[in-house]
Amino acid sequence: MQTVKMVVTGPFNAGKTAFIQAVSEIDVVSTERKISSEAERIKETTTVAMDFGRITVDDDLVLYLFGTPGQKRFDFMWEILSEGMLGFIVIVDSARPETFREAKSILETFRAYAPTPYVVAANKQDMPDAWDVEDLRIALRIDSKIKLLPCVAPDKESVKAILLELLYSILEEMNEK
Amino acid sequence: MALKGNLRDFSVTQLLNLINLARKTGTLTIEGPTEAAWVSFRDGKLIYAQLGNEDGTLVGILLRGGLVSARQARAIKTHASDKNDKELGLLLINAGYLVQQSILASIRQYFLDIVYKLFNWGEGFFRFDAGVLPPEGRITIRLNLENIIIEGSRRMREWEKLKDEVPNLEMALDFVERPGANIRDVNLNVEEWKVVSYVNPKNTIAQIAKANQMNDLEIRRVVYGLLHAGLVEVVRPDGMPIPARVKQFKPIDEGQRVSLVNRLIQRIRSL
Ligand SMILES: Nc1nc2c(ncn2[C@@H]2O[C@H](COP(=O)(O)OP(=O)(O)OP(=O)(O)O)[C@@H](O)[C@H]2O)c(=O)[nH]1
Ligand SMILES: [Mg+2]
Repeated sequence: MQTVKMVVTGPFNAGKTAFIQAVSEIDVVSTERKISSEAERIKETTTVAMDFGRITVDDDLVLYLFGTPGQKRFDFMWEILSEGMLGFIVIVDSARPETFREAKSILETFRAYAPTPYVVAANKQDMPDAWDVEDLRIALRIDSKIKLLPCVAPDKESVKAILLELLYSILEEMNEK
Repeated sequence: MALKGNLRDFSVTQLLNLINLARKTGTLTIEGPTEAAWVSFRDGKLIYAQLGNEDGTLVGILLRGGLVSARQARAIKTHASDKNDKELGLLLINAGYLVQQSILASIRQYFLDIVYKLFNWGEGFFRFDAGVLPPEGRITIRLNLENIIIEGSRRMREWEKLKDEVPNLEMALDFVERPGANIRDVNLNVEEWKVVSYVNPKNTIAQIAKANQMNDLEIRRVVYGLLHAGLVEVVRPDGMPIPARVKQFKPIDEGQRVSLVNRLIQRIRSL
């Protein structure tokens, strides 16, 4: 039995748990916790350790999706999580520019841990305040070679499309070598 | 779709950079701490600006620029109240009272003063309305944003921002390959040229600073301007070790890997 993993990362409240939940065949493992600090109380629960989703491919291959905790004080988890990943997905809340700077810094950090392929998901595109994908590309200074894709995390088709794009990038990278 | 937020999170420099690179047409509204400003763009060029309750009509601008006296301004306002700015401008030129260049120079200066002021607004809501342009009769101009971003950065007082935006002086710079971005079209001062002359993936920003005897803040200010004018980008310096490749997954041969990824693709398609 072989297992492979992908990491889903991004700032607090970007939609990482929703993303994994949309495609996981198991309930995303409950590492959610009620938020204690006032400052971060824009929603009821947050991910404190990691999300954990699973997609069984066949009898001897399983894909795990790991979500990083969104709050800063769990940074130490990242390095551990990034080890051995096939690729990663950075989720950005397109409607909250106050998180763009952090999204960019998370992206840079992960890229430094592992030079694996990655894609950026411009999440919450269904919200009226969402920034356009092309504006986000400039705002986050994302290289034109990197895929930046519109996303609505609770929508399974949207999540599938992003996972597929990441896999295509992984294939392309293999072919280059 | 929306392009809005707070300057705390996305600065005026970043906004102008975005409007420039995306060649946007529309009006940016900024609600600052004490007043609001409206700045309009066409295809990524500055065409118009207005600040708070200031008299931004042609007469107001000419008065401010000293091209007409207060009494003349009052007279124009009473006698030509039915004319819009374009008509009034023509009237003044045809009457031999002012030449076109000085009217345009005065307008340009007025718009620029407003925009430069915005660089020091650290706080305030902004919103960009695509397609919205200034009122019909107003006189518009056409100014490249690259120069404005560079000059605005020179005037910026907020050091903290600079620190945030150019975090790592151990990185290098390279020229951006973008159609229309030509560093020769931009008005650089001596300091900026000195930095530009060292731009090369081989030199870290810290080395460029040292070669030019610039301190941290001086180099950050220059790099900030060049970055946001879209002329250079931050790159990993040549020769900097790329972090060791972590083991991706169990060592299997290339063919097996490809087949594994293909299996993943098949499975996700079928979800
Ligand atoms: N409208 C809309 N809401 C979304 C979308 N994705 C996520 N949300 C909502 O955004 C909130 C945050 O989503 P989560 O999945 O908990 O975000 P997270 O990144 O896991 O958050 P942390 O683990 O706390 O960092 C939830 O209320 C979601 O329902 C989306 O695409 N559109
Ligand atoms: Mg979560």
